[in-house]
Amino acid sequence: MSPRRLADNQPDRFAFTADNVAWAKAQIKKYPKGRQASAVIPLLWRAQEQDGWVTRPMIEKVAAMLDMPTIRVLEIATFYTMFHLAPVGTKAHVQVCGTTPCMLRGSDDIIAVCKRRIAEHPHEVSADGGFSWEDVECLGACVNAPMVQIFADTFEDLTAETFEKVLNAFEQGETPTPGPQIKRTTAAPVTGLTSLTGKPNGAARPKKAATPTREAASVKAEPTEAPAAALAEPSGAAGELLLYSSPPPDGADDLKKISGVGPQLEKLLNSLGIYKYDQVAAWSADDVAWVDARLTFKGRIERDDWMSQAKMLAAGGKG
Amino acid sequence: MLADKDRIFTNLYGLHDPGLAGAMARGQWDGTKALLDNGRDWVVNEVKKSGLRGRGGAGFPTGLKWSFMPKEVGERPHYLVVNADESEPGTCKDREIMRHDPHILLEGCLVACFGMAAHVAYIYIRGEFIREREALQRAIDEAYEARLIGKDNIHGWDCDIYVHHGAGAYICGEETALLESMEGKKGQPRLKPPFPANVGLYGCPTTVNNVESIAVTPEILRRGAGWFASFGRENNTGTKLFCISGHVNAPCTVEEEMSIPFRDLIDKHAGGVRGGWKNLLAVIPGGSSVPCVPADACENLLMDFDALMEVKSGLGTAAVIVMDKSTDIIRAVARLAYFYKHESCGQCTPCREGTGWMWRVLERMARGEAEKREIDMLLDVTYQVEGHTICALGDAAAWPVQGLIRHFRHVIEERIDAYSANPKPMDITALEAAE
Repeated sequence: MSPRRLADNQPDRFAFTADNVAWAKAQIKKYPKGRQASAVIPLLWRAQEQDGWVTRPMIEKVAAMLDMPTIRVLEIATFYTMFHLAPVGTKAHVQVCGTTPCMLRGSDDIIAVCKRRIAEHPHEVSADGGFSWEDVECLGACVNAPMVQIFADTFEDLTAETFEKVLNAFEQGETPTPGPQIKRTTAAPVTGLTSLTGKPNGAARPKKAATPTREAASVKAEPTEAPAAALAEPSGAAGELLLYSSPPPDGADDLKKISGVGPQLEKLLNSLGIYKYDQVAAWSADDVAWVDARLTFKGRIERDDWMSQAKMLAAGGKG
Repeated sequence: MLADKDRIFTNLYGLHDPGLAGAMARGQWDGTKALLDNGRDWVVNEVKKSGLRGRGGAGFPTGLKWSFMPKEVGERPHYLVVNADESEPGTCKDREIMRHDPHILLEGCLVACFGMAAHVAYIYIRGEFIREREALQRAIDEAYEARLIGKDNIHGWDCDIYVHHGAGAYICGEETALLESMEGKKGQPRLKPPFPANVGLYGCPTTVNNVESIAVTPEILRRGAGWFASFGRENNTGTKLFCISGHVNAPCTVEEEMSIPFRDLIDKHAGGVRGGWKNLLAVIPGGSSVPCVPADACENLLMDFDALMEVKSGLGTAAVIVMDKSTDIIRAVARLAYFYKHESCGQCTPCREGTGWMWRVLERMARGEAEKREIDMLLDVTYQVEGHTICALGDAAAWPVQGLIRHFRHVIEERIDAYSANPKPMDITALEAAE
């Protein structure tokens, strides 16, 4: 365990905003009568979110609200390491995960950047007051290592360069896109999906229809199909994306002839229900986005211009 | 290899809608009422028959745990507490469930509450999972809105589900520490007995289960215990989320069959070991708390509770940390020792003092700045910590160190030799410069 003390310089008073008072009351209601002390971590956390760090008046206020002895709340504030007992950077407080899984993949480099750009020591606020950092224990994103958490968001699959980009964005007051900082979908393998490649169906229900159902193939119209809503821009008015539920009777085209599509990608496309050139040639921008979301290397469809290639191939030309 | 149709977590990667509509399209909340209509005993028995062992690390049979709850509700209400305090280094599976498939967890809560005659479930999520907490709360709000849970819901079993969060303490993943924390205290584990099934949250009968254990139960009931039990070896059944991190080409989280060969898991899903199979040094197969397994034992290794016990390790949370030959294994374990030093709650002396002591010695050993007799002393200290503490954190801190000494004693010795041959390189250069 690590000894933690309250800061020497403390403000005189603390008060929750009216919104937070109402929120706190709702929190207390989640627990049985007389068990209001259960709400101590949520309340203290909300207080920290409001003022940036945990102060002595804050601890006293929360103790009074929950009818707890002040020492008990002080215990909580010093025991749980997410409570900052001193001010942190206003623009970003960087929590670098340095535990073994992240260490194996280069968290030392990330810490080196923190030391160079922010401050020599953890918990030290940078000269301009904007940044601070600390080395924290496992943040639970080990397959996306190395990673940092800045306030509520995690930035994953970092290198020293991409981490600096994230810092630059915070410096300019922007909010960079959280999640993996490489072309990768959440915790899926960077080399492409090895599972869950098909369209998800109701687990207990029978699977794909045996006959090719070209007419019922509009993705967005299918009742068991939901992925469109998960995309960044859910577009209901998309065109008809044709999908086969099983290989077409007149044979599948060799999609590998499209430059940029290898055996892996072909398999993935087949599993999505894409077998023929004319399907690819007819994609709309929304369809491209839908397919793109399922590829590991995003942007590939447009970069390699699959559609024009497919159009040529469909017409019998060479890819 | 497990087929997609047999995967329970169909939105593991968040490619689809995590909301209620999407969840229902993927078959969740499907016929839940009919499942509950089979009665409490049926629910508990099916879970027992499925052979499901707790997914939080200890591998205790879930159905059996449920059956420890009092049969009748007395004056004290029953509680279900879901342990979402996922903090074991290497483990990041519950996170994916909560942010991408939260409804299956909620459905599991309802089923488990029904099985144990509880009307209230608390999900204790680690404080750092802020976005995951928001995702979970959104799902709960949707479920209340659709009257899937709550008072007078369509399933006929009143069930309130609340999200509670921690604030950065690994120890709160220990079930009694979690209950202490939920009660608004420091997360320091309680002495057992009494076990939570008798005296748990607020002194009431309580069952604490891992997120994954709860989330798989609706599918077990829907498809039958036999379906779940058909995967993996006997006593190690079911599907399991594996988190593969470290030196592999494509780290990932994936749902696979229990007892899958280690090599298949790494080659099929994680793109193989960085630099090829021959470049493998060791693997920590179940999260930081289990001892490492050296490469030569990995060739035909099966990933399940019993097979890993045989190589003196454990499945733990199935968080596979792969280390290739570039790894400084002493430093890797020293970093874990630091983790346990940092996360010890300070209640029991062997753990509070022992974790720090072990870390300091390992740090010296990582530099070679130690004596060979200290290796045995360190091993001796690990045995003094192991089994002499209230909770298993002491054991968890001791095991990785024991694994290091068991398999890589020669590496420590070589480093000590290298250091003692040339103890202070800086001084020599200074001398040379002086000449």
